[in-house]
Amino acid sequence: MEETVEYVQATGLLSSVWLLVAIPLASAAVLLLLGRRADKWGHWLGVLAVGSAFVLGLSYFISLAGMENKSVELSLWDFIAVGRFQVDFGLLFDPLSGVFVLLITGVGSLIHLYAVGYMSHDEGRRKFFAYFNLFVAAMLLLVLGNNYVMLYFGWEGVGLASYLLISFWYTKPSAATAGKKAFLMNRVGDAGLAIGIFIMFATLGTTQYVDVFNGVSGLAAGTILVLGLLLLLGAAGKSGQFPLQAWLPDAMEGPTPVSALIHAATMVTAGVYLIARSNPIFSANHTLQTVVVSVGALTLLMGCIIGAAKDDIKRVLAWSTVSQIGYMFLGVGLGGAAYALAIVHLLAHGFFKANMFLGAGSVMHGMKDQVDIRRFGGLSKYMKITWLTFMMGWLAIIGMFPFSGFFSKEPIIVAAFEREGWTAWLFGMAALLGAGLTAFYMTRLFILTFHGPKRWTEDIEHPHESPAIMTIPLILLAIGSVGAGFLLSTSVPDWLEATGGLGAQEEPHEAVLSHGVLTALSLLLTVAGAGLAYLLFRNGTAKQEQPAGVVVTAARRNLYSDTVNEAIFEKPGIFLTRALVYLDNRGIDGAVNGLAAAVGGGSGRLRRLQTGFVRSYATSMLTGALLVVAAFLAIQLGWLA
Amino acid sequence: MEDLNLPPIDYAALSPILILFGVACLGVLVEAFAPRRARHPVQLVLAIGGSVAALVMVVLERNTRVVTIGDAVAIDGPSLFLQGAILLLGIVSLLLIGERSLEAGGPFVAQAALTVGSEKDNRQAQGAPGNTEIYPLAVFALSGMLLFVAANDLLTMFIALEVLSLPLYLLCALARRKRLLSQEAALKYFLLGSYASAFFLFGVALLYGYAGGVNLQQINEAVAASQNSDILLYAGLALLAIGLLFKVAAAPFHVWTPDVYQGAPTPVTAFMAACTKVAGFGALLRVLYVAFEGVQWDYQPVIGTIAVLTMIVGSVLAVTQQDIKRLLAYSSIANAGYLLVGVVAQNREGVSSTLFYLVAYGFTVLAAFGVVSLVRDADGEATHLSRWAGLGRRSPLLAAIFTFLMLAFAGIPLTSGFISKFVVFGAAIDGGQSWLVVAGVVTSMIIAFPYLRVIVMMWLSEPAETTPTVSVPGWMTSAAVFIGVLATLALGVVPSPLLDLTNDASLFVR
Repeated sequence: MEETVEYVQATGLLSSVWLLVAIPLASAAVLLLLGRRADKWGHWLGVLAVGSAFVLGLSYFISLAGMENKSVELSLWDFIAVGRFQVDFGLLFDPLSGVFVLLITGVGSLIHLYAVGYMSHDEGRRKFFAYFNLFVAAMLLLVLGNNYVMLYFGWEGVGLASYLLISFWYTKPSAATAGKKAFLMNRVGDAGLAIGIFIMFATLGTTQYVDVFNGVSGLAAGTILVLGLLLLLGAAGKSGQFPLQAWLPDAMEGPTPVSALIHAATMVTAGVYLIARSNPIFSANHTLQTVVVSVGALTLLMGCIIGAAKDDIKRVLAWSTVSQIGYMFLGVGLGGAAYALAIVHLLAHGFFKANMFLGAGSVMHGMKDQVDIRRFGGLSKYMKITWLTFMMGWLAIIGMFPFSGFFSKEPIIVAAFEREGWTAWLFGMAALLGAGLTAFYMTRLFILTFHGPKRWTEDIEHPHESPAIMTIPLILLAIGSVGAGFLLSTSVPDWLEATGGLGAQEEPHEAVLSHGVLTALSLLLTVAGAGLAYLLFRNGTAKQEQPAGVVVTAARRNLYSDTVNEAIFEKPGIFLTRALVYLDNRGIDGAVNGLAAAVGGGSGRLRRLQTGFVRSYATSMLTGALLVVAAFLAIQLGWLA
Repeated sequence: MEDLNLPPIDYAALSPILILFGVACLGVLVEAFAPRRARHPVQLVLAIGGSVAALVMVVLERNTRVVTIGDAVAIDGPSLFLQGAILLLGIVSLLLIGERSLEAGGPFVAQAALTVGSEKDNRQAQGAPGNTEIYPLAVFALSGMLLFVAANDLLTMFIALEVLSLPLYLLCALARRKRLLSQEAALKYFLLGSYASAFFLFGVALLYGYAGGVNLQQINEAVAASQNSDILLYAGLALLAIGLLFKVAAAPFHVWTPDVYQGAPTPVTAFMAACTKVAGFGALLRVLYVAFEGVQWDYQPVIGTIAVLTMIVGSVLAVTQQDIKRLLAYSSIANAGYLLVGVVAQNREGVSSTLFYLVAYGFTVLAAFGVVSLVRDADGEATHLSRWAGLGRRSPLLAAIFTFLMLAFAGIPLTSGFISKFVVFGAAIDGGQSWLVVAGVVTSMIIAFPYLRVIVMMWLSEPAETTPTVSVPGWMTSAAVFIGVLATLALGVVPSPLLDLTNDASLFVR
């Protein structure tokens, strides 16, 4: 474990790795600056930018494979250099960032291509592609930075782009609310990350990965714990993990390609990246690892339970994302070799989840934007390609042999059983139970959408298959859903071993159940879950919401997480604001006064805008002054110091 | 510590202050003797020319480190840097003040004495050329600021405070439109400002009683010897700090800010937000770091608490604002809180990061108010936020600029706003003030929300019929906005040169 992390300077082809970020960024700038003039061809520029980034990324990846030390650093310029603060504007291309680059640009290209068709009727398509490119650039910066400040840059950038893209369909008030919610919950996580970065500065004097990782063993256990928990808070915010999970399903208000790229394949996995990248910090403290595993296990079960009760096709998929990322957190929390397993699952998930989201988009495209699975049914006859590709994704996510989910999820379940003592049973059983539940709700989704009797709304006569530009990405992603798991699980763990500190082999504990038994068990549970769902839903379901028992009602309400959030954050926040407004000028800034000013001209009305009296201002200043003087005197008398 | 040589009066070191003071007096003469039509161009050239000359002198004197005229003025790293910053920001503000093409006669009233709403007043509102006394007033204020940040004894500092404040009170009252609002703002500012000055002066008196002098070094020595009543010292320090905290708009002494920022003519608001902030913090730094160095551990918790309160008040109340100028006012309050975090860091990084923050914030806020002055309807500026809905459709360039500035205020990376918060918080971490950093990070997350709301409103709402037009700016406003945006971007991408400069300039002479 006490290996030192070493990075080499980039030379040759790899010294142009900055192009990866620069190309999508430049394309976004062109699209935004040219305005309507770029409306005709703007979307193709967007596709081209991401596509060429993919080609570049692939060639970097290949040249990295031939190198001795696979961690290549490229320092662009001294960003901040004041006193003890040294922050590089630098990039790091190593096996871990390499696979992320391929995922982001590869899946990203396909989704961009799909969006050309999906957004063809939207007049804001050019702007959409500009934000989309901006997102890709920020996401690449996030995974390519060589220190935590760079990571934070990308982190803020993807947050911003995600916010803009969720609110993209601004005519829907729900979209604006969802954007707001995503923004706020992400801010909570961002605050954690930012404070964590400052703690690194305070204790280690640096944020460069290489120095942080080499210095972390010298820190006190308590410091590592706090630092790790703050990073975990940041990761949970971005990845929709407990307790910050509520924003992710609401984020589905955005256009479907956005859900596929940002809220399924890439951005939401940034939290997993953060923890995997920071593995020397997390591996240094066992309590910390247990917390991460618990968050993962809890979230994966929550996601399954809520996902089983939802009727909106995109929300079911969203909760399944929450749950699958729970598996990844479980993996990175287990530490050791399981880091690599989590990354394998992340990559495989990127394929099959993007596939299913785009499939859902294709269904909505043909069904006049209907999202309620109770009003689908029998679509397999009308949308053959969508049906088949979606089927591949479905088989992959439930972990059916030999589809990709089997190869990526199964090892995580086994690894969970390899922990010490009773926690092996706890987390192992959670992971196993999750597999069964996943099979149940995903099968429910699949059957209700594509099979059983038609329960369409009256205005739909002939659902149509989507155009080729949308189905081709679907087919490619479906191929990935079938084959990626096997390929990745055999190659990625070895590949990642070269990443600083990653894949460092700890002697695993003997699993409490043998590997064969576990595989059999999980397959059995999967088949049972899927079978149960088939029996229950093969004849369709009621078209409206039916009264339900306690559990289902709770699940429909997201296990009351919104209610809890409201009680913990929103109510006190509103109260604080009201109290401050009252103290400050007695509420002159109320919306009512503001509206009056908007409507009217005339000095009389405008004057009413300011009702703060000088006397009350002076009183508050005097009160403040008395308090300040009293505080100083109290210090002098030794009460406070 | 650096070598001091004490000539009786070092005119070269004082030349920036003297030049501006002379230019201001000259401006008064121009008002008296030049024909009305010629006044505006003459005054503008005079004011900007004088400021540029003063700036040149600051640059030439950059290596001077002296305490001069009987220890009353200290020209050292921080004062030269701050003077340079004030002059630079002042020149950009003068560009905004000098703009005459946005409405007939310019943004200032022609005759301030006319009764509001009278027939004559209505006639002048139609386009009588605005008064030009604003130039000498602004230059007087600038010269007061230059002296304020260099004052080495408390009486000089008080005089400088009044020299910079009195013209500002007047400037606030001179709006062409919404004159009642403007006059109300000026009166409030004047009354509360005098009130704060009284605190300051009372503090000076107590400190004189404590130290037997008002010179900062004398106080420093008296604190080190600590033979006298500490009650005088702490009460004096508290009252003095209150006077200064009022000027920088720290809670709970911020109450005037929203009303005054909203009521004052927008170029004047920009001037106050950028330059007064620099001057106030410059003086605060000098007083705390030079005179009260010996009791830093005692005042740290108090000023730290004020910083936290200021950040909370500024950021939380910004969320409820409906008027863009008030929003920027609360943002200015919150920024005062972040600056205070740098001030109480109590180390060299604390000084240098505060200096950096002041410059970065000054440019951003100037550009922001420059944009505000462009969004207009028939009644003048349309500052209500609901009127900005859909502005991105009407004038994408302007909305894009404002978006960038809002992102800078929100501290999004690759803008100067991120770097300045980062270095200030870093200095505080270094100084062992982690609790301030936690409060700073949390509040900066809160205040990002109102900024983003403005962005969303501009881009993602349909323009209403009442969405105001955006005036085509004259070259002066364009130049001011351009400079502000460029500085915001440049300081965000390559901050090192300015960081080096602030680092070199961060030692006070004692």
